[in-house]
Amino acid sequence: MSARVSDYVGPHPKAHQRHLSNRAIVNLFIWPTLLLLILMNVFPLFYSLYLGFTNYSAIAQKAPVWIAFQNFSKILNDKNLWQYFATTGRYALLSVSLQVLVGFSLAMLVREKFKGNGILTTLILIPMMISPVVVGLFWKLMYNPTFGFFNALLGFSDPSRSPDWLASRIAGQPMPGLALIAVVIVDVWMWAPFVMLLVLSGLKAIPDYLYEAAAVDRASSWFQFWRITLPQVAPLLLIAILFRTIEAFKSFDLVMGMTGGGPGVQTELISVDLYRIAFLGQFRTGYGSALAYIILIIIIAISNLYIKYLNKSKGEG
Amino acid sequence: MASFEETGPRTPVVEPTRVDKVHPRAKLGKSIRVILTVIVTFIMIIPVVVMIMTAFKSRADIVTPPPKVFFQPTLEGFLYLFTDRSVLSPANLEAERANPGNLNYWQKLALSVGQQINGPSDYVGRLKNSVIIAGTSTILSVILGLFAAYAFSRFKISGKDDLLFFILSTRMLPGVVVTIPLFLLYKQLTWNDTHIGMIVLYTVFNLSFSVWLLKGFIDEIPIEYEEAALVDGYTRLQAFFRIVLPQAVNGIAATTVFCLIFAWNEYAFALMLTSEKARTAPPSIATMLGSGGLEWSAIAAGSLGFLIPVAIVTFVLRDYLLRGVTFGAVRK
Repeated sequence: MSARVSDYVGPHPKAHQRHLSNRAIVNLFIWPTLLLLILMNVFPLFYSLYLGFTNYSAIAQKAPVWIAFQNFSKILNDKNLWQYFATTGRYALLSVSLQVLVGFSLAMLVREKFKGNGILTTLILIPMMISPVVVGLFWKLMYNPTFGFFNALLGFSDPSRSPDWLASRIAGQPMPGLALIAVVIVDVWMWAPFVMLLVLSGLKAIPDYLYEAAAVDRASSWFQFWRITLPQVAPLLLIAILFRTIEAFKSFDLVMGMTGGGPGVQTELISVDLYRIAFLGQFRTGYGSALAYIILIIIIAISNLYIKYLNKSKGEG
Repeated sequence: MASFEETGPRTPVVEPTRVDKVHPRAKLGKSIRVILTVIVTFIMIIPVVVMIMTAFKSRADIVTPPPKVFFQPTLEGFLYLFTDRSVLSPANLEAERANPGNLNYWQKLALSVGQQINGPSDYVGRLKNSVIIAGTSTILSVILGLFAAYAFSRFKISGKDDLLFFILSTRMLPGVVVTIPLFLLYKQLTWNDTHIGMIVLYTVFNLSFSVWLLKGFIDEIPIEYEEAALVDGYTRLQAFFRIVLPQAVNGIAATTVFCLIFAWNEYAFALMLTSEKARTAPPSIATMLGSGGLEWSAIAAGSLGFLIPVAIVTFVLRDYLLRGVTFGAVRK
């Protein structure tokens, strides 16, 4: 890399008094941002760590009392919470793998340009830009067993014999898991385009000569896919997977808009339950903070993988 | 130019010349692919189409099975969304229907479902809140982000990578984790349910994103331009404002729109930190209650207000979308 202007340390030939030094500019430019982030993110983070060790409730008029690890041990012994963690894990696994599958196929479809390719791609991308809570709401309408379009499109005409997705029932019989599948379908609908976008950029970066060489060697398209396409796209696919996994653990809006955790607790994701504990009626602030920290640790573990990968790819490029 | 035309091909070669692409079987494969893409796209946008249709259906058309594709369009949904109404007693209804002379379109529409308009609904105020909060916070986070991004892009800063990682990591936090302490902090500041509280929150929420995205854009502006300007006697700040900013206009525009969309769509913070005065549109759309359950046409009409800007933005930003959704980590 050539020498940067910033390496120049001598006085400017026409330096006036109002001429700020580089150091002053750097400070002036980055500190407002850093201060805001520290105030609004770092401080809350430490504060909630402290609260996690207390029995504080935001609506009670009592000062927080230090109870050491009681909250954490209660959480780790709470069977319900483990169940919500399991639900979240199942949800993340199902929806991320389906997103990868659907997103990859979509990318392979629109990979080569044809007339109208741009408009179709844009249309496919719209879902991920809509507010998740709005998406949740209008899918609730789609899933409605009597007047929703989803069942009608699947060919169910008699409401009494068709699945009621969000209530986990088929023809009146309970069918546990159906609501979670319904949420996964919507999540895939919304975020498969995201995977498509990433894979597409990976596909476009594959040099043509690799395929030409393969064609000369009469390699089958199956072989080309496994030995050229997939390895070349893998790094971007990894980004997509990490991103979506993190988001799945944070997932809140969509489920709140669609099921509110129901029926029963079948779609009670951990973030939804956290909201219930910390705000909705219960206001168990200390307990909620402890739970929030446990979720945070899981997410940090996943993000670390992501950042590590980013740094590595930057080092190469 | 002329001599080139004489020797070159009559028509430009647009078809790929590789044998594996012009072979009849490859061409057939391509048409199959195009047809498949059209079908898949169609399936993907069905929910969006349903939403648009629902926004223009009457209440009866929405809840009657089987779902209707053809129907008499009406603006009832928008009426329910934007106005506060009360049901008229049969006697009053007769009287009103007898002389509909000086009623405007919306009043007549309300009358046709047996109601009268009392005034604008809460939603109007919430939409206004959304505009104020999303707009102000977006401007703030882009301005702050621009300065920080420039400094990170152009200067040697000790611990730069760590600082950038810190900035990004704030975005990975699950919102709920910071909401609890913020709720308490805001209670002390009496910022709960205020515009200023939400503006500051959304500004910070978008800041990490805008720093990363803008840094990517500024990195791409050749540093030589500024070097030349500095040699010509510009100060650092002048170079920043007159050379870098005009070059970064596209990036700034893209970042602005992304921040705007995030703030406009945000639901979780708004749900937990606002109740009446500063509540934004997304949480209130979810509670659009009518007589006997959710008022679907109002929800659909409200959703349309989220859908249309997003569709336009997606189209305009399609070249930057990839950068936007990966915090500038992946560039084309």
